[in-house]
Amino acid sequence: MEDFQVIEHCLMIRMPEEVDHHGAGFICENADRYLMRDDVMNVVFDFEKTKFMDSSGIGIIMGRYRKISCFGGQVYAIHMDRQIQRIFQLSGLNKIVEVLES
Amino acid sequence: MKNEMELIFDAISDNESFARVAVAAFITNLNPTLEEMADIKTAVSEAVTNSIIHGYENLRGYGGVITQGGQEVHPGKVRIHCSLKKGILHIEISDTGKGIEDVEKAMEPLFTTRPELERSGMGFAFMEAFMDDLEVESAPGKGTTVRMVKKLGLDGWIDCEG
Repeated sequence: MEDFQVIEHCLMIRMPEEVDHHGAGFICENADRYLMRDDVMNVVFDFEKTKFMDSSGIGIIMGRYRKISCFGGQVYAIHMDRQIQRIFQLSGLNKIVEVLES
Repeated sequence: MKNEMELIFDAISDNESFARVAVAAFITNLNPTLEEMADIKTAVSEAVTNSIIHGYENLRGYGGVITQGGQEVHPGKVRIHCSLKKGILHIEISDTGKGIEDVEKAMEPLFTTRPELERSGMGFAFMEAFMDDLEVESAPGKGTTVRMVKKLGLDGWIDCEG
């Protein structure tokens, strides 16, 4: 399955196993290429594969949120494990990102 | 029981996962909980990333510079020293990079000197939240040393008493 997919105006991003600074640029650049498209409104971050994340992940999500929220877009997150949920809470990300119980 | 280890590696982002996995492997003998393990890996990752991108300004992976070709890599090493004594882990992560002008300011949540990198400014806040103690020593032009302490196996004690 593709890591970046557009389904019904939603950009689905499958996050890698480890989300850190090393891989962050790749995700941001790819995501932004899709966000330029007219048919993309919202972004869904899927953490199913993800076993590690540091604050670089927060930066990725905040950055995409800034790009789409001014056009009324929403950011969603699914399949988060406990550690990623803690990171979301600590950073306040859960206030701007809708966490979906998958 | 006392145990010590030291790692020195190039300040490039390729080594970020190596650094956190090495520290995690060092404490495996103590049977840490999954949560303790994740806390330590996140804290190490934050400190090492700071050294690489702020200390030595090796930004590879950001803003159109994924292609490594032609991008200058500043030479520099990151040093990690870990010691374990009676279930207490001391981690020291240091660089000889450009240092921090105002440590107090740098430690404020959401503060970042490089907003263009789209990072969160939460690095020190995470280290503080995930470890039991955090100390930062830095001077401009001299580099930065981050010292962190984590008590392992506390959950076990609390479970016994509860």
